[in-house]
Amino acid sequence: MAGPFTSGAGAPVAGGPVAGGGHSSAGVVLTGPVQGGGRSGLGRFLTRLAGGRRLVVAVPYGWLLLFFLVPFLIVLKIALSSSQVGIPPFTPMFETSLDEGKTIVNLVWYNFTYLLSDNLYIIAYLNSLWIAAIATVLCLLLGYPMAYAIAKADPRWRAPLLMLVILPFWTSFLIRVYAWIGILRNEGVLNNLLMWTGLIDQPLHLLYTPGATYVGIVYNYLPFMILPLYATLEKMDNTLLEAAADLGCPPWKAFLRITLPLSVPGMLAGSLLVFIPATGEFVIPELLGGPDTLMIGRVLWAEFFNNRDWPVASAVAVALLLFLVVPIMLFQNVQGKQQGKA
Amino acid sequence: MATPQPSRTQQKQLEPWRNAGEKPYVRVEKVTKRFGDFTAVDDVSLSIYRGEFFSLLGGSGSGKTTLLRMLAGFEQPTEGKIFIDGVDMSDVPPYERPVNMMFQSYALFPHMSVESNIAFGLQQDRVPKAEIRDRVAEMLELVQLSPFAKRRPHQLSGGQRQRVALARALVKKPKLLLLDEPLGALDKKLREKTQFELVNIQEKVGITFVIVTHDQEEAMTMSSRIAVMNKGYIAQVGTPTEIYEYPNTRMVAEFIGSVNIFEGRVVESEPDHSLIRSDEAACDLYVSHPAHIGVGTACWVAVRPEKIAISKEPPLGGEPGRNQTAGVVKEIAYLGDVSIYDVDLDTGKRVRVTAPNLTRRTEMPITWEDRVYLSWRPFAGSVLTE
Repeated sequence: MAGPFTSGAGAPVAGGPVAGGGHSSAGVVLTGPVQGGGRSGLGRFLTRLAGGRRLVVAVPYGWLLLFFLVPFLIVLKIALSSSQVGIPPFTPMFETSLDEGKTIVNLVWYNFTYLLSDNLYIIAYLNSLWIAAIATVLCLLLGYPMAYAIAKADPRWRAPLLMLVILPFWTSFLIRVYAWIGILRNEGVLNNLLMWTGLIDQPLHLLYTPGATYVGIVYNYLPFMILPLYATLEKMDNTLLEAAADLGCPPWKAFLRITLPLSVPGMLAGSLLVFIPATGEFVIPELLGGPDTLMIGRVLWAEFFNNRDWPVASAVAVALLLFLVVPIMLFQNVQGKQQGKA
Repeated sequence: MATPQPSRTQQKQLEPWRNAGEKPYVRVEKVTKRFGDFTAVDDVSLSIYRGEFFSLLGGSGSGKTTLLRMLAGFEQPTEGKIFIDGVDMSDVPPYERPVNMMFQSYALFPHMSVESNIAFGLQQDRVPKAEIRDRVAEMLELVQLSPFAKRRPHQLSGGQRQRVALARALVKKPKLLLLDEPLGALDKKLREKTQFELVNIQEKVGITFVIVTHDQEEAMTMSSRIAVMNKGYIAQVGTPTEIYEYPNTRMVAEFIGSVNIFEGRVVESEPDHSLIRSDEAACDLYVSHPAHIGVGTACWVAVRPEKIAISKEPPLGGEPGRNQTAGVVKEIAYLGDVSIYDVDLDTGKRVRVTAPNLTRRTEMPITWEDRVYLSWRPFAGSVLTE
């Protein structure tokens, strides 16, 4: 469940000892009758095998290094530079002065201190966390019954039902968000329907409200909640519920005392999968939310493209990562250790 | 444990099925259970009495577990009714039945400590906290797990888990305890030890046990009575001795222990004996009970391996050609206490004989390809009509 966040942690052990083992085996082979004549065929083979293993492990590390760590370091570098008019719109890190021929290192902190000095950023952060938290709870409340229903459905029906959950992914994310504009706007599907039934006389103002933002986030991230929850609920041992019933526990109570606590890992995994991207969400609040829906993703966009202040925008991005991802990684680490202990 | 049989004190009182006035505690009436086209349990009727240790014995797919699950309430009979303590169980959900079950997989709650697992059932009955604590401690004592109270199930060995499952089922003091292959996951030594423990606990707490097992030895050691099940129906119900010594069909005879079965034809059927002529055995089979079928009818005679004497000389006494035959030793298995001989008769029929190794010896008096004589007493055989 926790795969996307912890996958990096376990692997580094694999390269070292395995490679060492390969070499020592080769050493044993060397003590044979071949004297001073270099390595035997088997020894060479084992060495190559160890090298091969190292290569296999290196692929995911190389990927992460190239496409995650390097871009992050570039963003960090920009965040530590000063803004200037030009291309690129920030000062270079190393500057060679023409007069003295000396190289000066330009690293400044003030982009980060600037984030603290203006309320806008802190409010945007807190607002993002708040909106993401509410959206996560809504996803959990909506997703749990759906995941539960699929897990309890006849095995024949499970695959088609899961298919239906995943089906929206076949359309582009952006188109799905635009579709909601068509549904929610004043002359949209929903208002027309309500007017037609006579429930309302005037169209409701639905689009460009915080409510529309929640609808967009919940709709788009619901599958990320349902899938890990389903995986947890589906593999749960049904005899535990029979045992509970046998001990005098009616079904609703067995759900609270057995099913619910045992599905906590699925709830946590689903919540993280919804909460993290929702916090940094830009498209949904931009398209569906009103001008007062302040989220950090929009602030970031505005810094980059409206103000063209790349260093501050980079600082916002780095701060987002540090304040959001680092606590979650620590939490996962502690949780993993507890599970290991238990 | 020094005693080879668990001591069943007051044997007479423990045979309530012989007492006509006794009311059965569990009554299964013409119960059939179908899953789609498959009939798992086929028209089963049973009476189980208070304080019994009742075994449902059968191979896989014999319907024994389905029958047990119907007693627990996890399955509803397609036809027929189940009564527990005189009450019709048709509309009683599992959580309201006076029954507890020990699951084959133990089904311990993984997120709860040993203590909480045992306390779970009492909490459902709203037993006061202090009493729960006392009764859980008492159960932990009984199954010798007091030091492990705070552990989680996955921190225990298989044997310990099995004892937690037993304690959890027993703590509610049910009138009826159902056990589904309770010892299946244990190794042989531990299983034997636990069998005796189970019988001792059952005698101590005095509740009715219904146990499902495919292990005939297990059923023999522990049960007051055994119901042998095959393809959903009950083939025979009886005490372990009755089932072993007087099986009513070839299926039962072959399922319990090993047996030699000779095909033959009834020559005499008198109230005190019967005589069966068997080409397969190459002798007449004299059995000290009536055949209950007409002269000339085909039948089978079952003779247990340990009831056949094996010798290199022709047996003294007895009538030649009656319960006496001869053959060549083809296989020998030395098991320490006994040896098993597979003997090919002149007719080609293979007969198994078990003989105790009464003396210590390094060279065997009977060896491969020896010509041997086999003989048995009139009470050894039993006539089977199907």
